[in-house]
Amino acid sequence: MINVLIAILVVFVTGMVAAVILALASYYMAVPENAKVSEVRECLPGANCGACGYTGCDGYAEAVASGKAASNLCIPGGASVAKAISEITGASAEEFTPPVAFVHCNGTSDAAVKTAEYEGLKTCAAMCLSCSGDSACKYGCLGCGDCADSCPVDAICLEDGIARINREICIGCGACVKTCPKHIISLIPRTGMIAVACSSCDAGAQTRKNCKNGCIACKKCEKTCPNGAITVINNCARIDYDKCTSCGLCRDVCPTGCIISVG
Amino acid sequence: MDFKMLMYILLVGVFVNNYVLQRFLGICPFLGVSKKLDQATGMGISVIFVMLLATAATWPIQKYILDPNGLGYLQTIVFILVIAALVQFIEIVLKRYIPGLHKSLGVYLPLITTNCAVLGVTINNITDEYNFIQSMVSSLGCGLGFLLAMVLFSGVRSRMEGANVPRAFKGLPITLVAASIVSLAFFGFSGIIDNLF
Repeated sequence: MINVLIAILVVFVTGMVAAVILALASYYMAVPENAKVSEVRECLPGANCGACGYTGCDGYAEAVASGKAASNLCIPGGASVAKAISEITGASAEEFTPPVAFVHCNGTSDAAVKTAEYEGLKTCAAMCLSCSGDSACKYGCLGCGDCADSCPVDAICLEDGIARINREICIGCGACVKTCPKHIISLIPRTGMIAVACSSCDAGAQTRKNCKNGCIACKKCEKTCPNGAITVINNCARIDYDKCTSCGLCRDVCPTGCIISVG
Repeated sequence: MDFKMLMYILLVGVFVNNYVLQRFLGICPFLGVSKKLDQATGMGISVIFVMLLATAATWPIQKYILDPNGLGYLQTIVFILVIAALVQFIEIVLKRYIPGLHKSLGVYLPLITTNCAVLGVTINNITDEYNFIQSMVSSLGCGLGFLLAMVLFSGVRSRMEGANVPRAFKGLPITLVAASIVSLAFFGFSGIIDNLF
């Protein structure tokens, strides 16, 4: 009998000591949390998508509350969340225009050369693992639609073997940008009306052999652009949307037609 | 001689008696958090951290409180209490004084509070009659073994995402099959260590 009592006592005392230590610790070492942080956090959608550039909704809420981040960075939340946040922080809400995703490839099935027949699992990720895909161009769209599967609003469809994004539906959340194993989708400003539909880093002659629609790095666009907004980096033209005025001169001189109008 | 013994304990913990793959303890986090490499590493490092602390706390309790009073049979329940309280306490301390570390380990700490691998290490240290230093080395080895298993398996799982798995095997079934094959590979270590020393 006495043994049982001792056992109960020992466990009870251990538990009590632990409880008292924890209670004291949580009281004396409590971290004062900024009330604004939790308020901002409640406005956010909680998808933890990372489109704002922070680690998640918690990270963004902290940055906003401490004044380090603007209130309009939450892309899935859109204008309504930006407004709600700026009411909490007291800063004025800036005009919110979400960016739009664009697939930097125009290697349609009649333009891009295939070098293999792929008969595996029909996902881009699996295809990319086996010899980087079935086309001659190692940078192009694989056309299995991983991005379309990841799109929350079904803005992506597959046409002629490549993914195309409907700008009217796209909310610019960037889910497809993260999914694409070839990293050929990027978010561009909605005001940008010109885009380069190629991502090939091969030399011009090689790109020409691989795909009729590829950028051959002739630099005509670079010389034509009055604002210096387009430059050829790693054998592929890239547009700096801070400088681009969407005048369309580069599109008109491009010999392969890889610079296109969007929207 | 002593150093040789410590090396032996360390290597046995990592390879021969790997907690996940040979003793089948701590399977829950092994299957749950091994999807991505960064999460797997975070979990593994947290487990090493907690195993070391838990051993440092429970070994003296066993030797100086339970054993002299003939209360050895209370080992399991007292250890669970102590480890759970300890991990909670560490979490509070980290949050207050080392927020950076709390951010990287914080998510995993509550998951480990009553992890059977941690409890298993502390109890096995007692049953193997290790002294304090040997116990600490043993828990370091077991923690490293856990980390190794997590890292290896996260690699296996990322390859599995691109594989054409029959529908009935998708998800957990194929994960368990893969885990058993990885475990089988670790059986190869069973005779090696004894002949090394």
